[in-house]
Amino acid sequence: MALYILRRVLQSFFVLLAVGLVAFSMFRFVGDPVDNLLGQERTQADIERLRDVLGLNDPFIVQYWNFLKDAVQGDLGVSFRQGRPVMDIFIERLPATLELALISAIFAVVVGVVLGVYTALKPKGWLTNLILTVSLVGVSLPTFLIGILLIYVFAVELGWLPSFGRGETVQIGWWTTGLLTGSGLKALILPAITLGLYQMTLIMRLVRSEMTEVLGSDYIRFARARGLTDRSIHFRHAIKNTLIPVITITGLQLGSIIAFAIITETVFQWPGVGLLFIDSVRFVDIPVMASYLMMISVMFVAINLIVDILYVIIDPRLRAGENT
Amino acid sequence: MALLDIENLTVEYPVRHGIFTAVDDVSLTVERGEILGIVGESGAGKSTIGNAVMGLLSSPGRIAGGTVSLEGDRIDALNAAKMRSLRGKRIGMIFQDPMTSLNPLETIENQLIETIDHHLHVGTAEAKERAIRLLEQVGIADAPNRIKQYPHEFSGGMRQRVVIALALCAEPDLIIADEPTTALDVSIQAQILDLIKRLCREENVGMILVTHDMGVIAETADRVAVMYRGKLVELGDTAQIIGQPQHPYTKVLISAVPPSNKRIDRFTRVDYAQSGTPPKADIDLNTHWLGDGPARQIDGQAMLTVASLNKVFRSGGGLFGGKAQENHAVKDVSFHVKAGETFGIVGESGSGKSTIARLITGIHKPTSGEIHFNGDPLHEKPKTGEEILRRRQVQMVFQDPYSSLNARMRVGDIVAEPIRVNGTAPSTSAARTIAADLLALVELDADAALKYPHAFSGGQRQRISIARALASRPRFLICDEPTSALDVSIQAQILNLLKDLQAKLDLTLLFISHDLPVMRQMCDRIAVMRYGEIVEQSGGEAIFTAPQHSYTRSLIDLMPKFEPDRM
Amino acid sequence: MTRMHAFLSSDFFWKFKRSPVAIVSFTVAMILILSAVFAPLIAPHDPFNPGSLNLMNGFSKPMEPNQFTGDTFWLGTDDQGRDVFSTILYGMRISLFVGVASVAFALVLGVSLGLLAAMAGGRTDAIIMRLADIQLSFPAILIAMLVFGIAKGITPVHLREEMAIWVLIISIGLSDWVQFARVVRGSAMVERQKEYVEAAILIGRGPIAIAVRHILPNIVASVLVIATISLALAIIAEATLSFLGVGAPPTQPSLGTLIRIGQGYLFSGEWWILFFPAGTLLALALSVNLLGDWLRNVLNPKLD
Repeated sequence: MALYILRRVLQSFFVLLAVGLVAFSMFRFVGDPVDNLLGQERTQADIERLRDVLGLNDPFIVQYWNFLKDAVQGDLGVSFRQGRPVMDIFIERLPATLELALISAIFAVVVGVVLGVYTALKPKGWLTNLILTVSLVGVSLPTFLIGILLIYVFAVELGWLPSFGRGETVQIGWWTTGLLTGSGLKALILPAITLGLYQMTLIMRLVRSEMTEVLGSDYIRFARARGLTDRSIHFRHAIKNTLIPVITITGLQLGSIIAFAIITETVFQWPGVGLLFIDSVRFVDIPVMASYLMMISVMFVAINLIVDILYVIIDPRLRAGENT
Repeated sequence: MALLDIENLTVEYPVRHGIFTAVDDVSLTVERGEILGIVGESGAGKSTIGNAVMGLLSSPGRIAGGTVSLEGDRIDALNAAKMRSLRGKRIGMIFQDPMTSLNPLETIENQLIETIDHHLHVGTAEAKERAIRLLEQVGIADAPNRIKQYPHEFSGGMRQRVVIALALCAEPDLIIADEPTTALDVSIQAQILDLIKRLCREENVGMILVTHDMGVIAETADRVAVMYRGKLVELGDTAQIIGQPQHPYTKVLISAVPPSNKRIDRFTRVDYAQSGTPPKADIDLNTHWLGDGPARQIDGQAMLTVASLNKVFRSGGGLFGGKAQENHAVKDVSFHVKAGETFGIVGESGSGKSTIARLITGIHKPTSGEIHFNGDPLHEKPKTGEEILRRRQVQMVFQDPYSSLNARMRVGDIVAEPIRVNGTAPSTSAARTIAADLLALVELDADAALKYPHAFSGGQRQRISIARALASRPRFLICDEPTSALDVSIQAQILNLLKDLQAKLDLTLLFISHDLPVMRQMCDRIAVMRYGEIVEQSGGEAIFTAPQHSYTRSLIDLMPKFEPDRM
Repeated sequence: MTRMHAFLSSDFFWKFKRSPVAIVSFTVAMILILSAVFAPLIAPHDPFNPGSLNLMNGFSKPMEPNQFTGDTFWLGTDDQGRDVFSTILYGMRISLFVGVASVAFALVLGVSLGLLAAMAGGRTDAIIMRLADIQLSFPAILIAMLVFGIAKGITPVHLREEMAIWVLIISIGLSDWVQFARVVRGSAMVERQKEYVEAAILIGRGPIAIAVRHILPNIVASVLVIATISLALAIIAEATLSFLGVGAPPTQPSLGTLIRIGQGYLFSGEWWILFFPAGTLLALALSVNLLGDWLRNVLNPKLD
């Protein structure tokens, strides 16, 4: 088991190195940094001096190594557009995104699993058909349209909830939270639903199909043949077997929420890192783009690792040997 | 009063065009301490009877008529809750595949205790004691420790013992065993059958044993019910059914089962259902394309020689390391096959017999050792175009009739493909004509060439597979379990066909199977394999009459005995 | 003719005839696609011809005569006086073109790499699939944005506008090839284990002939299903990117661009500028999605 996790850690490490390479290549080859730092009034000597100072004349590997070293120490370069260190901007904006992602993830998982189990257990009910049809419409609705629709109904027509921003926030250390004020919580509702809805439908459909398959398996038929109650069969034997494949994919989905926040944040003018990223793409602010990529991949890798460990805890076949 | 009394049971499934009657007016009884075998080929409705008794018919099936009574009480129309309290408590069930019958995420202990406590309400501690006793009863050594393990830590045979223990939890009166040994190797099968028989007697339990295997019936059942397409065609004592079958279908069924105690030339009476087989095509080999090609080998000379063959499979270990697993599938194997004979390789699953076939055909590369076919080294890359063509003389008939044909090609194209690829016919239309001849040779209708494989049954697909092999004009035909996926009467037809073709085309056969009675009918010489090694090889009959190695002796000993002439 | 006949009598067509969802979604999708293809013939106005525009027609309500000019527009006009119906037809053209082209790009790339991985095995397989895994752990839309950002950085400033559509196609295509590659590789690995492939090796077929003539026809169903579902996703992705301002430029507005423009008028009451393009996008994505879902159920390929 330790070996299994060690190998996963090693793999994650390689993934990070690969993503780092992409990020670094962006820094290095997309838009000449020298161009960006020096104005129009420059001589060839200035350029050469700057190239030397920035280490641009070093071999590729050395440059990459320095880039990684800086990144690990929190030095992600300076935003072309804002002229401030990227790290500072991120720290300022990250809490907004993380709070939004967390709330929508909880929404997606809880509602998704409950609806998925329900539709699997009652495959022919009218409610099941309704849920499945709505979910297909949900998958076909682009996130930004859901956001606009919610704004139109709840902010423009009904005027119940704010259409943009975080509301009032409270400062705790460097972390700003909207979870402690009424207006902050109100401001969270629409963005969280918008962001979580798509993941929720995916989780629901996944749980449903896995559970349907498990319910048709031999050991469930055998459990029925032994006269066990439906409750025990559904909620003791079937659910656990359903959750194993669901955990992996759900884990990945939750990682996606942070990235999907880009769209939601744009619709609701939510001051998080997603909004920052989309601005950087629009204005080709390479350091911000590259750093965002790095940050997202660190989160993904962390989530993946947690998922793998969960997997081992639940599945005895992995816990024991590792001869699979 | 009988323990179980089934009267005029009819089970129906509504389907696209009307209603399919899976069980048609069947009446049976089972007494305490008795094993009633229900035998029949696929689609006979034998499993459906068991499911109907348990109230576990798969949707949309329903009991359309008749009654089922357990010790005089009707149980066919009980509500869901009453039926559930019956299941497991009074009627236990054993499933076919022990690998999938147990919840992989719960320990054996949890699964046993849950079931015992649910039915007997004895509390966890008492239930655990009972669970351990049960495991000991079904022959699991070191039960107090093994009970804490998960299903994946048990072998197939051991898992089936756990499944039986689970079925026995609440001391049921009746057990329905649905193909309980089909997924197991011969040696394990014998142990499980012994266990089932013993428990039946000791606990005075009635049992319905559903199986397609006449050998299992002959060894185990007291009485036999023979099913054919939903109908019960004959019911009687085991000795009578096997020794003096009355119904024409039973006669066909019995005569199609390869006897374990003697060698017969051909299977007689193999068609009950088919009304009139297509006329047998006769091909004059002196003028036909099939008789052309490279010169023949004189019978009796070594055609294929295998010397010190080894194959090690390595798996695992990707880009990021990880321990690679080694599996020594074939260990230092040597044998030769003489022109014109049928050489058999027999062994249980995982013995390496199929790997040998794939080493000869070049699908796998040997780790070491040599294979020569008519002098050509098959373990090396071919050097000339002529040598490549000579190698085409080695062809193969595969195990799975469903995956061995490309579902997206017409049957005619499948059979013509080898002719076109190797350019052995002057034109495409000539290739098509030859393909039609070959299909006729394996006794398929002329319009078969235009259809896709899904229009054919398993046995017909095996015929197509044989025709495709013949299209390379083989001298040497490898048959890898060619009938293990087929019903017994179809098996007899295919085995007859192979014998006919061998005689007509002067083929040399390498016949691979796990089924000893089948081997006895087919092979001139036999090699017995275990764990990748050949433990013994000798003349076909000698293996059965005078086995030398202890493993061979135990195999012969454990194979289900089917001896209709001694009944 | 016999092929047509065979198709009409097939199980596939039989199931199609009996599924109202399939018939309706197929019809809707066909109407939308055809009206996009023939937009120049159908559209009452050419929204990209400045000469035909009258600013006085701006903000006309749907089905009501304009208060200044008296002209009536089916679905109203936007701030510039452009006919919304016509902009939707032309916008759908761009959305569909980008969608189809990027799926075609992803399909060719994914199927080739997937087949290569399955047939070659070993190191080639490991590298391709490892790459796919890494990419798959990021949402496609993020990948598309990154590729778009990088491509924008590489293209010279004066070409950016012109190249935008092609950059968009490549971005979405590159973000989607993994789906094809994974499914094709998975199915091909299963097929490759089957005995008919061994039989083909035995009769002397080479690896390329086996991949193309034997394996590919057996996995076409999976590819078709993935392609249909991918088309819906690609249309949504394009709309999303354009909505975010990192897709189709205002000079070549797609449905997403139109929604982006319309969103600005939501609070001031000109709802039609937003709602009609949004409805069209939904109808297009939903009908293609339903069709894909139905195909998946009918062809039932093993997809993970």
